Amino acid sequence: MTLLAVDNLRIEAASGGTAVVDDVSFAIERGEFLAVVGESGSGKTAAARAVLGLLPPGLRKVGGRIVLDGVDLATAASRRMRALRGPTVGMVFQEPMVSLNPAISVGAQMAEGLRLHERIGKSEIKRRCLDMLARVQIRDPDRTYDAYPHEFSGGMRQRIMLASVMLLKPKLLIADEPTTALDTLTQREVLDLMVGLARDHGTSVMLITHNLGLVSRYAQRALVLRQGRMVESGTSRQILAAPREAYTRQLVEALPRRGAATGRRQSGDPLVSVRGLKVAFAGRQRLFRRDAGVSAVNGVDLDIGAGETVAVVGGSGSGKTTLGRAMLRLIPTSGGEIRFRGKDVTTTADREFRLASQLVFQDPYSSLDPRMRLGEIVAEPLRHVPELTVGERDRRVEAMLEEVGLAGLARRWPHELSGGQRQRVAIARAIVRQPAFVVADEPVSALDMTIQAQVLKLFERLQAQYGFACLFISHDLAAVEQVADRVVVMQGGQIVEQGSRDDIFDRPQHDYTKALLAAAPVLDFAGTAVARVSG
Amino acid sequence: MRLRANTAIGGALVTLLLGTAITAMFWTPFDPLRINLRARLQPPSSLYWLGTDEFGRDVLSRVMVGAGASVVISLLTVLLAVAAGMAIGCAAGYIRGWTDRIIMAVNDALLAFPGILLALAVMIVVGANKVGLILALGLAYIPSVVRVVRGTVLSIREKEYIEASRVIGNSEAYSMIRHVMPNAIAPVAVLTTSMFGWVLLAESALSFLGLGVPPPAPTWGNMLAASRPFMETAAWLSIAPGLCIALTLLGVNLLGDSLRDRLDPRMAHG
Repeated sequence: MTLLAVDNLRIEAASGGTAVVDDVSFAIERGEFLAVVGESGSGKTAAARAVLGLLPPGLRKVGGRIVLDGVDLATAASRRMRALRGPTVGMVFQEPMVSLNPAISVGAQMAEGLRLHERIGKSEIKRRCLDMLARVQIRDPDRTYDAYPHEFSGGMRQRIMLASVMLLKPKLLIADEPTTALDTLTQREVLDLMVGLARDHGTSVMLITHNLGLVSRYAQRALVLRQGRMVESGTSRQILAAPREAYTRQLVEALPRRGAATGRRQSGDPLVSVRGLKVAFAGRQRLFRRDAGVSAVNGVDLDIGAGETVAVVGGSGSGKTTLGRAMLRLIPTSGGEIRFRGKDVTTTADREFRLASQLVFQDPYSSLDPRMRLGEIVAEPLRHVPELTVGERDRRVEAMLEEVGLAGLARRWPHELSGGQRQRVAIARAIVRQPAFVVADEPVSALDMTIQAQVLKLFERLQAQYGFACLFISHDLAAVEQVADRVVVMQGGQIVEQGSRDDIFDRPQHDYTKALLAAAPVLDFAGTAVARVSG
Repeated sequence: MRLRANTAIGGALVTLLLGTAITAMFWTPFDPLRINLRARLQPPSSLYWLGTDEFGRDVLSRVMVGAGASVVISLLTVLLAVAAGMAIGCAAGYIRGWTDRIIMAVNDALLAFPGILLALAVMIVVGANKVGLILALGLAYIPSVVRVVRGTVLSIREKEYIEASRVIGNSEAYSMIRHVMPNAIAPVAVLTTSMFGWVLLAESALSFLGLGVPPPAPTWGNMLAASRPFMETAAWLSIAPGLCIALTLLGVNLLGDSLRDRLDPRMAHG
């Protein structure tokens, strides 16, 4: 029986009347798991919000019919709509860090829905909240009930969010990129919980995602959107294994895949060499004493050869980002040594090392100065190459922009660019001085799938051309599989396993590595295992 | 469209103000200081457009001369407060550590006093004249600028483009001037325009207490203060300088807003 039917939905921007969602139709049966797949700007979130009747200001529904559990939403008054939200349809948001109210305790937030929609007593409410917290595997439900959101990590908050939504046993659960902000292991745990809960209560799930791996693992049916229009819909197996439309094929092909082994590992002295590196963050300063510090990196040994790509993988809190920053001497180390071309650069400010090393950031939105034009941004590193004349410098900036596919955009401002274009600028800025060593900290994880593939390809091409060594930090194993020569697995500030890419992916030794690989969302249909084909 | 109307109105008001101030340097209808006791408290007429005050001095002439004095005082005061506040706030927010703690402790102590009280104390030390007034009001408004700038800088210094600047090999001082300061301008620009208003009012308040620019030299502030006893019998005495202050504030605020939008590449279109 159909729970939700959406027919010819059309949503427009209130100003200008451009369609954000155009002629989209789909249905969800009771107990079914539907994935809505699309890149940014595809209208997937707007479509989901229309089902809740909660379009953000600036968007309005101008056409189509949404029938939810036998109620036509167009005719439902706002009072009726409010009664539907909660018991009939619930939503889990993308950002666990901001979707819980920081000023209200977890228990009070969970109880809100029950108080509103069900006539049960206080003790009964509390009992059901505690049961649900235990169900989503929160360690200490009693303490959690009285705690505040800031005391929990992103994964824990997403569980709490899930618990408070599922408390009302909704018939439809809308999950908007619920695990995009989480690391691979946590993502797996949260989604497994979500699917388990949905099955227990007979809840249908509408999962909005850009991750095809999740679609293949969890969804029965999938709907592909692009720029507000439906591209394709069908069973997820059919969509992923035998896509009919060119765009869907492009999405599937954009998944990173393993390239041929490059054998770039060079003998001879390593370019950068780290021994026993430790980084500790000081504890909070109290009135008379300091809290115990946290050691983020705890005794890491690592060699990187010239021109080699070493990937560092691990969950959040594993210390991989700290390791990258410490190796560039952006944060002080508390032990161990860093050698660059055999020279100790651990404590001395070594100009040669500073000028030969670079960093590419995760977030393309905050890594570019909003008040500088692209040309100025890319030219800035050349300030420290004094022998260049102004003319030569401008030519080099122009050539570099052309190299990353942004020819002629030197006069543009960062805010005029898309995320992918911004990341290209950041890469251009890192490469323009022809560094010997580049740390790339999750360089593609903030980008759309097809853009990710382009940027990774660009990065590989530039690396082949300029021959810099790279420390590639990522939680995305698929991207790592595509670019890395060697892989280092970190957990709790230490390296638990390292080896060549093929060894790590095909013959993992350590339990943590095995868990990471098992949690990685990959397409696993026989015969179409796109991401995991070896060699 | 609305933005352009704002710019036009703001620009017109500020131009009018500057024009008046400059004209007054060469010509006024009457001598603003000449006392004519036979023409005391005349209401506005074809001879005295804005009437006369209790000593028979022409209000229009005095308002015109006062424009110059008030504008120079406000402008210099705001400039002093913003320049010093920017430097101190940036240093505190960017360097952090003990520098920050000491600066902010002093700053918060100063903020605890009402600005006018602080200015009063300084005036008593420096003396009641134009320079003293500028110094006093400037010092009194530095702490609020420091607060705003520091807060903004704190959030900017964590942005990745600051780290990028460090990786490039730029010095800390260069990063601060080239990347932090320009991005901290927007909130300061807003503060500057509203501060212009506070200073105009504070100047009149100090005059009211007898600590402003000493009579007989006219400023809008001391004219307003002197008009108080005649509020009911000769309303034009307070309306003229009061309206001048209000229109100046309006003009400066409108112009400030459009200036801020124009300075921000994200808001400027074409």
